[in-house]
Amino acid sequence: MFEFFRDAAHYTFLQYALITGVLSSVACGIVGSYVTVRRITYIAGAIAHSVLGGMGAARYLQRSLGWSFLTPMHGAVFAALLSAIIIGMVSLYGKEREDTVLSAVWAIGMAVGIVFITRTSGYNEDLMSYLFGNILMVRKMDLLLIVGLDLLVVAVSFLFYHQLEAICFDEEFARLRGVSVELFYILLLCLTALTVVTLVQVVGIVMVIALLSLPAAAAAFLTRQLWQTILVATALNLLFMVGGLALSYRPDLPAGATIIILSGGVYLLVVAIGPVIKRLGARRRRSRTRA
Amino acid sequence: MYFKIFPLDLVSLIGPNGGGKTTLFRLLLGLLKPAQGTIRIFGNSPDRVRTRVGYVPQYARFDPRFPISVRDVVSMGRLTNLSTGAYKAADREAAAEVLQEVNLLDLQNRPFADLSGGQRQRVLIARALASKPELLLLDEPTANLDRSTEARLYDLLRKLNQRLTILMASHDVGFVTKFVKQCLCVNRNVILHPTAKLDGAIIRELYGSEMAVVRHDHEIAGSTGEDADV
Repeated sequence: MFEFFRDAAHYTFLQYALITGVLSSVACGIVGSYVTVRRITYIAGAIAHSVLGGMGAARYLQRSLGWSFLTPMHGAVFAALLSAIIIGMVSLYGKEREDTVLSAVWAIGMAVGIVFITRTSGYNEDLMSYLFGNILMVRKMDLLLIVGLDLLVVAVSFLFYHQLEAICFDEEFARLRGVSVELFYILLLCLTALTVVTLVQVVGIVMVIALLSLPAAAAAFLTRQLWQTILVATALNLLFMVGGLALSYRPDLPAGATIIILSGGVYLLVVAIGPVIKRLGARRRRSRTRA
Repeated sequence: MYFKIFPLDLVSLIGPNGGGKTTLFRLLLGLLKPAQGTIRIFGNSPDRVRTRVGYVPQYARFDPRFPISVRDVVSMGRLTNLSTGAYKAADREAAAEVLQEVNLLDLQNRPFADLSGGQRQRVLIARALASKPELLLLDEPTANLDRSTEARLYDLLRKLNQRLTILMASHDVGFVTKFVKQCLCVNRNVILHPTAKLDGAIIRELYGSEMAVVRHDHEIAGSTGEDADV
């Protein structure tokens, strides 16, 4: 574990991995808290899987058609935003069943991605790293994009914290206060999409949903206000990402999977012993008020 | 159907489930558009004066696991579409003021979900008051509350009625009539009655069948025995 931090001082790829982990922890803590309390983590799941379509298409254009400026990350941003807007429009205005549309976005996105990847000449190791992440392969260009996405997510969710909180808690009342509920709902889904893109670098398409929901759920269990949930979820994410990276380094385990197992374990622990802690806390409060 | 409500009225909207109380509320809030006819609130269409109307939904509708404090729920009443960042000092003061008014200032940092039903209902009233409305709409404010809590809630509403017009939905006829000034009976059509005239015949018309009227001659524990200001 200490070897990781020692080597990180020398190797840029480890530094990039570390920075990616820290940045995505912040976006993930914020957005994960919103989608968890609003109970729409399954929407994040659909967005995450549809990203493969954009990554595959961008890779194809880059390799086979020579559009060298295009990277899979660009494709991921495009596909994620497109899915977010489609899902948002359908759940706000559509007459179609929402879960059917989610399944369609989810599966069609993956299918498009797989078709493009098999048509792309050259090595097809990409598919595995898209699906399960490869944080040690983050390049400088990707990192710059992640910095931009992260700043955007943090700024928007800080500026409109109260509107986002209100549409998650009581959409109807927010509407009556003159808040553009539709606009902020689509905004929340777009923030989710951008966060998903940064997380795909870390843990891959398949496991994004765990990082969005498990730390936030554990944090919500321990806190009493949304901003506290966000802070604790961010702290947990930092712990899991840096801890997972460091733990996986020496035995050469896949970093993404290690991060997920760590967060899953802590979530289960919090759910299991949380009620006991809460009961003890309540008893202490009661005895204090009696005294 | 035609009805008019005047400033500082306290009107109870009564009728059986499925009779259209909620639909009428949604129409008044501008969340639904009438297929025909017009609704005017303060002389305007409902969706244009919506921010001058305070709406109090039923507390049982909320996710009990949502992490939010009492103060943050109430502050929601100060929200506008594009205000950014933290609440301003004036908003915080307004929130504290209405929390004081519903007597919950000492619980302002507690999680909303930890409160009792009656307390949560008062928080939602405070949230509506925080926007300084001229008309207060309450959807079954006493549903799921015990009788003494209900009586205290009605005391609060009577106090608020000194400066606000109040319209509240209820499927409970007998208790409201004590201080309600008008009754709006909703069952597919709408009839406005002065409360004094609410009798067996009207209730029969509302519920569609013969019903025994229960006479509550005794005083219910916790309720005040003051005269109704009809």
